[in-house]
Amino acid sequence: MKSLEIKNLHAQTTDGKEILKGVSLKIKQGEIHTIMGPNGGGKSTLALVLMGHPGYVITQGKIFLNGKDITKLTPDKRAKLGLFLGFQYPVEVPGVNFANFLRMAVNEEKQKKDQLSPIAFRNLLLEKAKKLSVSDEIVKRMLNEGFSGGEKKKAEILQLALLKPNFAILDEPDSGLDVDALKYIAKTINALDFPLGLLLITHYQRILKYIKPDFVHILLKGKIVKSGKAILAAQIEKDGYENFNS
Amino acid sequence: MKKPVNIKNAYEYGFHKPDEPSFKVPVGINKKIVEMISDYKQEPEWMKEKRLKAYDVFKQKPLPLWGADLTKLNLNKLCYYNNPSQNKYKSWAKVPKNIKDTYDAIGVPEAEKRFLAGVGAQYDSEVVYHHLKEQWESLGVIFTDTDTAIKEYPEIIKKYFGTIIPATDNKFAALNTAVWSGGSFVYVPKGVHVTIPLQAYFRINAKAVGQFERTLIIAEEGSYVHYVEGCSAPIYTTDSLHAAVVEVIVKPGARVRYTTIQNWSGDVYNLVTKRMMIYENGVGEWIDGNLGAKVTMKYPSLFLVGKGARGEVLSLAYAADGQHQDTGGKAIHLAPETTSTITSKSVSVGNGRASYRGQVKIIKGAKKSKSFVRCDALLIDKTSRSDTYPTNEVAEEDVNLGHEASVSKVGEQQLFYLMSRGLSEALATSLIINGFIEPIVRELPLEYAVELNRLINLSMEGAVG
Ligand SMILES: Nc1ncnc2c1ncn2[C@@H]1O[C@H](COP(=O)(O)OP(=O)(O)OP(=O)(O)O)[C@@H](O)[C@H]1O
Ligand SMILES: [Mg+2]
Repeated sequence: MKSLEIKNLHAQTTDGKEILKGVSLKIKQGEIHTIMGPNGGGKSTLALVLMGHPGYVITQGKIFLNGKDITKLTPDKRAKLGLFLGFQYPVEVPGVNFANFLRMAVNEEKQKKDQLSPIAFRNLLLEKAKKLSVSDEIVKRMLNEGFSGGEKKKAEILQLALLKPNFAILDEPDSGLDVDALKYIAKTINALDFPLGLLLITHYQRILKYIKPDFVHILLKGKIVKSGKAILAAQIEKDGYENFNS
Repeated sequence: MKKPVNIKNAYEYGFHKPDEPSFKVPVGINKKIVEMISDYKQEPEWMKEKRLKAYDVFKQKPLPLWGADLTKLNLNKLCYYNNPSQNKYKSWAKVPKNIKDTYDAIGVPEAEKRFLAGVGAQYDSEVVYHHLKEQWESLGVIFTDTDTAIKEYPEIIKKYFGTIIPATDNKFAALNTAVWSGGSFVYVPKGVHVTIPLQAYFRINAKAVGQFERTLIIAEEGSYVHYVEGCSAPIYTTDSLHAAVVEVIVKPGARVRYTTIQNWSGDVYNLVTKRMMIYENGVGEWIDGNLGAKVTMKYPSLFLVGKGARGEVLSLAYAADGQHQDTGGKAIHLAPETTSTITSKSVSVGNGRASYRGQVKIIKGAKKSKSFVRCDALLIDKTSRSDTYPTNEVAEEDVNLGHEASVSKVGEQQLFYLMSRGLSEALATSLIINGFIEPIVRELPLEYAVELNRLINLSMEGAVG
């Protein structure tokens, strides 16, 4: 059984500020886990550390992907092993064409003979883009450059759909989206044509109406302070995080 | 793309025979050598005189005290004329392996490889070229090498040669005038639009690539031409100095675009003087990319001499380990309502150094002129270096002047983002570099752009990880 397993993870910034203080979590393929928590709780840091961001140092603990220790691997190696991160704030890369970049990334995983030609890829991209209600213009645009907030989020999901990882961490894919965009994103995630384990970071219950989590975890001050079923999310929406403080 | 042509046919189109007797002047430079070159070429007396006068200027002029370090350039140890055919038949086996590998990696066709490496006198799609040539000729367009032009069009050459860049301009312009050989001559008659770019690359032969090329382009009133030379792939050379002069005349309402990509391999000093004289409502554009050479000093200039003249310089410099690219542009506004834009993008890798050096001058009376300069530098490694040396001299108040500069490092966040999608650090870095230079690369002919991208990928693969 494929899994993403985090064992007692401690991480700090390169200048020594401790942010994650012992996070443990196991996600099996096919499961949906949600992480909620107040601003500054460490959710994005967890996501970045899982992907191997060089701005953080793991001081304790380990990360396993499908049984393989990936704690020390570079981000590209993790990606190749099937990990994906949908960013809370996707960066703009000027002058790099979105479609070319994504084709490169998709082909990177494939054997030479299976690689997609520019035209084959373009058709595939347009088909997926349509499902997300992303304009055909996307093939001409530069990577995230000048994308609106919503377009950036959609572009992350588009990448997820084409890269077909085993496990995806989506950091607030729902924030800043209008009602329709949220539906498109949720629909795309639900309709993915490959098995996926999902770690979904969110502040809001509204996305959970479409994407039903198996587990909900609350991350606060760098620790998971509570885990439960979907109902926990509703509770939080009502009462906030105050009860978990201390 | 280009198919090698049957050598036998190629001769019919005026190309050198490979067995042309070889000729080489002794090492060093003096009056005698200059005379020898002129005599060997059987030039008219007036050209010989120009050369000799220029030689005197060369002797007197000091080396420039600014710019790149030229102290290791020993002008007395060079050979100033080498009959092309002599260079050409070194064997392919002698070409360094890294150069061959580069050609393979960026996909240079077999026939071109040998040419670029200086093995084999000519390659190219002669048939295509010949066909184009007929078209041009029917329009009165002249496109030939400058040596031939001296003999066939002496009146035009006499009238314009050295008028835009006199030998007195600088030491290397003087040297070029004294010992020049090869280069292109282009003449476009009034009102003629040459729709297909004139590619020196197409018809390149021994004469078109040389140490001391001399190029002269004249675009008569209302005409248009795009001239393209060089190539992204490294040109293998054992010469250590390349000192070219390019003169361009843009008559009223005409438009000339001049695109160059230079990638000299090895220890070359690439010191080139390029200038455009742009008359009333004319448009002149330099697109200038420099990748190779040990040292480059090149500042394509725009002399805006007629009212409403416009000019643009797009300069791209890629300074790899051990290279100093000292490049930029100049805009001299000598008439009212003239406009200039200089855009420079440089990338420094390893201990490479890229310097932007630019000058904008607006004289009194050049009212309502506008100039905008933008230079962006990207540093790849901690040891990479970039600097900017802009100078402005503005004597007129009624003008509009802008300058923007930026220096950036390859962003950690960008790199992480790209790598999180499975791209290696090398690939991610080259994507970022290619993205950075994209605004200039998109102005290049497609095959140049493609080769350039591949070349950067290649150099990153070697540099990172
Ligand atoms: N590189 C860094 N340098 C300094 N502080 C950092 C760094 N990265 C994160 N932090 C700090 O760590 C804490 C956790 O940040 P993080 O972005 O992980 O929170 P979050 O849970 O994702 O919050 P939000 O809900 O607002 O997105 C914050 O106090 C943040 O300022
Ligand atoms: Mg966050």
